[in-house]
Amino acid sequence: MPTQIPLADDLFTWPSAPSAPSAPGATTPAAPADEPALIAGRASDGSLVFPYRTHKVVGGKREELERVLLPRRGTLWTFTTQRFRPPAPPYAGDDDAESFVPFAVGYVELPGTLRVEARLTEADPDKLRIGQEMELRIVPFGKDAEGNETMIYAFAPVSDESEGEAQ
Amino acid sequence: MATSDVAIIGVGLHPFGRYPGKSALQMGEDAVFEALTDAGVEWSQIQALYVGSMEVKNPEAIVGLLGLTGIPGRAVFTGCATGATSLAMAANAIKLGEHDLTIAIGLDKHPRGAFSDHPSVSGLPDWYGEAGLFLTTHFFGMKIQRYMHDHGITSRTLARVAARALRNGEANPKAWRRKAISEDEVLNSAVLNHPLTQYMYCGPNEGAAAAILCRADQAHRYTDTPIYLNASTLRSRREGAFELLSPSFPLTSAPSPTVDASREAYERAGIGPEDVDVIQLQDTDAGSEVIHLAENGFCADGEQESLVADGVTEIGGRLPVNTDGGLLANGEPVGASGLRQVYELTNQLRGRCGDRQVANAKVGYAQLYGAPGTAAVTILSR
Repeated sequence: MPTQIPLADDLFTWPSAPSAPSAPGATTPAAPADEPALIAGRASDGSLVFPYRTHKVVGGKREELERVLLPRRGTLWTFTTQRFRPPAPPYAGDDDAESFVPFAVGYVELPGTLRVEARLTEADPDKLRIGQEMELRIVPFGKDAEGNETMIYAFAPVSDESEGEAQ
Repeated sequence: MATSDVAIIGVGLHPFGRYPGKSALQMGEDAVFEALTDAGVEWSQIQALYVGSMEVKNPEAIVGLLGLTGIPGRAVFTGCATGATSLAMAANAIKLGEHDLTIAIGLDKHPRGAFSDHPSVSGLPDWYGEAGLFLTTHFFGMKIQRYMHDHGITSRTLARVAARALRNGEANPKAWRRKAISEDEVLNSAVLNHPLTQYMYCGPNEGAAAAILCRADQAHRYTDTPIYLNASTLRSRREGAFELLSPSFPLTSAPSPTVDASREAYERAGIGPEDVDVIQLQDTDAGSEVIHLAENGFCADGEQESLVADGVTEIGGRLPVNTDGGLLANGEPVGASGLRQVYELTNQLRGRCGDRQVANAKVGYAQLYGAPGTAAVTILSR
């Protein structure tokens, strides 16, 4: 079993508990290890930045952002399918033109926060519907130079059993 | 119509397509010579050049082919809006009184397939590219998917748009794709990004275009049919707009930069969409054209479904769109694409388009949109 590592740091909390807040006094809600969440930056005006970065200009001043976790569930705002292999580089999937498996991508509206672009675990457009409930997953993506399995965030339809049924 | 300080007196186009062995600069040279001939001026009279290209780092090196006259030459790039920017800069140099006669040139030569680059060129992290998300194409699939959901647009309408573009291309001797195909063939071609199929997308290719500008009060020295530049606007995205290459965006919505650029252009020109006779819209894909019809004020959201079916966007209709086949039939050499629009509009306003001619066209409108969320609008009149 290869070691699994995140595709990038500071993207999501996984596999362990969230890292400590980076700003003094900042509060990062705790999330259990089996319930990963995306990491965003929050400015003093309440605006959110995903992916997280350390600083943002707010009201003419450059300020340090507070690390916060985004909601794990939301609704599908829009979607499409990626049917051809993206140009590589930069694409770093563990596949080639023959073995590439088309995937779906969409924006998931996370209540009260942001619409986040993500891969979707369901690649069949007939099984996706704008407005359906989605939940964050951390799924295998590719391999890094050391042979580790890289992990990426994706959203999955919440009720797999109800897929394709009339809503 | 507001008065204009600047006129276009000549245009040239190196047809877009694939030209193995011919460089982008050589294609630019051909386009410039056509424009010079059209304007009846010699290269030695040109006082400044503005050249747009994505693939050529120093496109102003075209002076090596045209003549080393020592004039200022500047490279220009604003993504898919580059053609409008080179035209605007060439016009502004005249408005400022720096020059009387300038040229805007676009030239490019892209490899086959979707555009590819390192995410850092757009300020995005490496993982975004590694994950297969640093692509413009899937954005267009997602934008039209949401638009169809909100406004009742069907895939049939997307197919009609693509079929009309290729029909117009068939009638345009300089188009790249000159074979009309049926709506069903469009719908049944390979899905690239659901709901968009292969024939609903334009392809990056090669080509060049040029326009020669002069002071409006001197235009009649060169031509009986000067075309006036009434507005040229460019806007970048606002917080909240749903745009290309965005890992996330806020819930508060904002209009697309096209809406901002369009409103400002109408205001500057002192006209409204009802005054426009011939239209060029950025049809990177059929869905973009549908959305851009509304974003540029030509119809309400959702109205496209009946307008397109009723032939209103055809050459004989009330809103003739992309009369030369647009990007769908011509492809997109990014640096040149906006000047291809200007080439077609200028020829339409001069009544030189033969079978494709829009009867008595007096006002032309061109819109560009591309990464990283930039839109430009140009309004021309005769």
